[in-house]
Amino acid sequence: MTDLTSLTLADARDQLKSRAISSVELTRAHLAAIERARGLNAFVAVTVDKALAMAEASDARLAKGEGGALEGLPIGIKDLYATEGVHTQACSHILDGFRPEYESTVTANLWRDGAVMLGKLNMDEFAMGSSNETSYYGPVASPWLPPNWSADQARAALGDKGKRGLLAPGGSSGGSSSAVAAHLCLAATASDTGGSIRQPAAFTGIVGIKPTYGRCSRWGMVAFASSLDQAGPLARTVRDAAIMLRSMAGPDAKDSTCSTEPVPDYEAAVGRSVKGLTIGVPKEYRLDGMNPEIEALWAKGAEWLRAAGAKVVDVSLPNTRHALPAYYIVAPAEASSNLARYDGVRYGLREPASEIVDLYEKTRARGFGAEVRRRLMIGTYVLSAGYYDAYYVRAQKIRTLIKRDFEIAFANGVDAILTPATPSAAFAIGDKSSADPVEMYLNDVFTVTVNMAGLPGIVTPAGLSAEGLPLGLQLIGRPFDEETLFAIGAALEQAAGRTKLPAPWWA
Amino acid sequence: MTTASAGAKLLKGATGDWEVVIGLEVHAQVTSKAKLFSGASTEFGGEPNAHVSLVDAAMPGMLPVINRECVAQAVRTGLALKALINKRSTFDRKNYFYPDLPQGYQISQYKSPIVGEGEILVDLTPDYSIKVGIERLHLEQDAGKSVHDLSPTMSFVDLNRSGVALMEIVSKPDMRSADEAKAYVSKLRTILRYIGSCDGDMEKGNLRADVNVSVRRPGAPFGTRCEIKNVNSIRFIGQAIDTEARRQIEIIEDGGTIKQETRLFDPVRGETRSMRSKEEAHDYRYFPDPDLLPLEFDDEWIDALSAYLPELPDVKKARFIADYKLSAYDASVIVAERETADFFESAVNHGGVKRDAKAVANWLMGDLSAQANAQGVGVVDAGLSAASLATLVDLIGEGVISGKIAKDLLVMLLGPDRGADPRSLVEARGLKQVTDVGAIDSAVDAVIAANPDKAEQAKTKPGMLGWFVGQVMKATGGKANPQAVSDALKARLGL
Repeated sequence: MTDLTSLTLADARDQLKSRAISSVELTRAHLAAIERARGLNAFVAVTVDKALAMAEASDARLAKGEGGALEGLPIGIKDLYATEGVHTQACSHILDGFRPEYESTVTANLWRDGAVMLGKLNMDEFAMGSSNETSYYGPVASPWLPPNWSADQARAALGDKGKRGLLAPGGSSGGSSSAVAAHLCLAATASDTGGSIRQPAAFTGIVGIKPTYGRCSRWGMVAFASSLDQAGPLARTVRDAAIMLRSMAGPDAKDSTCSTEPVPDYEAAVGRSVKGLTIGVPKEYRLDGMNPEIEALWAKGAEWLRAAGAKVVDVSLPNTRHALPAYYIVAPAEASSNLARYDGVRYGLREPASEIVDLYEKTRARGFGAEVRRRLMIGTYVLSAGYYDAYYVRAQKIRTLIKRDFEIAFANGVDAILTPATPSAAFAIGDKSSADPVEMYLNDVFTVTVNMAGLPGIVTPAGLSAEGLPLGLQLIGRPFDEETLFAIGAALEQAAGRTKLPAPWWA
Repeated sequence: MTTASAGAKLLKGATGDWEVVIGLEVHAQVTSKAKLFSGASTEFGGEPNAHVSLVDAAMPGMLPVINRECVAQAVRTGLALKALINKRSTFDRKNYFYPDLPQGYQISQYKSPIVGEGEILVDLTPDYSIKVGIERLHLEQDAGKSVHDLSPTMSFVDLNRSGVALMEIVSKPDMRSADEAKAYVSKLRTILRYIGSCDGDMEKGNLRADVNVSVRRPGAPFGTRCEIKNVNSIRFIGQAIDTEARRQIEIIEDGGTIKQETRLFDPVRGETRSMRSKEEAHDYRYFPDPDLLPLEFDDEWIDALSAYLPELPDVKKARFIADYKLSAYDASVIVAERETADFFESAVNHGGVKRDAKAVANWLMGDLSAQANAQGVGVVDAGLSAASLATLVDLIGEGVISGKIAKDLLVMLLGPDRGADPRSLVEARGLKQVTDVGAIDSAVDAVIAANPDKAEQAKTKPGMLGWFVGQVMKATGGKANPQAVSDALKARLGL
């Protein structure tokens, strides 16, 4: 880790503005870090020439005293976002060779503000997964050392394609979380359908926010579940996440579900006092057999906020326990339809066949991985005649109830809700891959409610487990009140102190 | 509305009478510059895949955005069908795999359509009409086109049509004969063309129908229906119904039962063929499209669209009968196309003078229509302006030309003298009718002198008068006023 890659995004921005550093040197430092960290497998494509060209252009603008909010700042992009002429496959085999002729709205917004693209980040295939193990491009390792592992031991495991025993960076935005945590980029785009920004943030000790549904345009993002998908950033500080989100968000006429509300200056909310705010603690998130460490961390978070002048109250979200099963109906249902376009006819993988049904079957059987196939089958099943009412319709009713639970809590004067981010610290790669898939799905237990209700949720690092692994806390806010989340998140961040990553054993 | 004897519509079977029950699902392409959910052009006949946006090709991450004009067209159509307009409707996905369906689903309106129940008055004869109920009208995307005959081993796909807006207009099972179904489709087509929401061009596939047919004994409950897919001409709709009804009657009379299924009509062989049975029917897995918000608009918007609706054919017909004293038949024929009706009215009222509407109608439906047919165009495109038709009628009325000369004049005006002013042309060509009594008298005298025996016969056989009028007209080159000729002949022959 060089000095330049140790900067926060906000610091790098300030130093670029003051011309203390140049975007080209900042970008080169990150490209070098990426090169050294190939073993982590965080990037699936590195766009060296593009990065340097963008950095040079940024430097030219900065030299003239011009430039946008992210001018010259090198970042990574989740492979889910369409980037013109660049690898865009949602880490699926079925999109082999796909390079779009268009740029997603979110990335276009970032480039408009001067950001520099380092490359595309690994992820679970079509964002379906919680450990990044479903990627066609292989698993990603977290830069955190497994408990009691030596750096040498971990380095050896990096060479193994399966990376077994190393820590999962979470998923689906595992490439993004690993790259940000390992200082391979200043920040990264991610996406969150059931927890894919927040769980990786918690696993790697960084900050991730899933904004309100409709805050960022979905245009040009490879769809998983349209009513749940939302773009958001992963960054190392709350301030950095606020800066990133401000650029990513905004109205877009090309997405009918995108909000027309103007985007506030989120960074201004960072450091705002939390005095007088009411924080709700939902009793239904206290699960049977809950990890005592997580429970203690949660209590500690509440205590920090109380100490900062907030009022902490108990709230009830009675339909919470139905959220996970309902989510695993709604999300696969939408996915089964959204992924129908990958048929081998127009782009991506096409398996040779003599007639069309054979072509569909072979292409989709070979193009999709096991987890994607599982969810497509679940989704197809729950939408089928005779099952639709029993599954999809009921799941939608539950969704309405979950939304109402939150509305009542907020109507009662709660400004934000504090919950754990994940049931545990990061697990090892391979630990859950062969087990019952439901065990993996349980990772999302604290995060899916937020997607089901369309609310904003932020995860900030809150300390380390006894084994020395990062743990996060989640704050859930009112619709379009990301500012309050940034304010409270910054207070938690300050109280918890910066977690310290081990020395770069992977480099 | 009168009720004709129900028996006339029944089909005779070997074991007795059968009643056919028909319901139609008409797919009408919405007239709009752009597709339903993408900005791509809807132009017909472009190079394959020339009018395809990223959305139409279902590229990853693309999203649909509703085209306001298509929504307005559906609402206009709903208003014209006197139907309930739903201020809130939703879009659903109909999922199935096919190469010309790039998304793997069609965006349609399954649960809540934009337009609810309405009705159409269908004229079967000038004074017999039936009401056909409209069940619903919804918006949906068209698919692309698969081309199978360009290569022995491959199929090609043209996505130009992919995503073009269609209105599916579903009737109630209110029709009882092929003639009623045909009349319904042509009336629906007339209405769509009046308001400009669909050009009704069946040759281009812009209007096509799925036909549901069942048979039953008169008074019995509905029988099992078969759906004949994608019939693309009014004539074929009639043939398909008759063929299918006969097939069903034969099966039942032979002791069989009808299986609910989807069939195709083969006009060459004159038969319907099974396409897929109910068991083989797709499970479309409909669910609300999460990429689209519910479609909502208010009364104000509906009122604004309503205010700009043109006069509809039924109202126009009634007005033509009342104001111009046209027969029901003439009024029906003239209002069938809005352009024809407008042409008629501007001819009748040309120059601020109200002229003989019946005469205008006769010329329009008679000679002009025949000439237009010969050219293969509609009456309004035959080359005669409404003003010229008015002048032509005036010239006859004023006695300047005879009806016979008028026919010749029309041919000139549509041919070599296209665009000429009829009055000037009559002058220039010396076509003016001869009303000069002296000139007529001498022509009459000459004809009588040349045919003394016939003149003698005429005294006892007054029917001969017609022959003499004809001879005199011939001698005067058709320019003599036939009435004056007749009068002069009567006097000379002593009739």
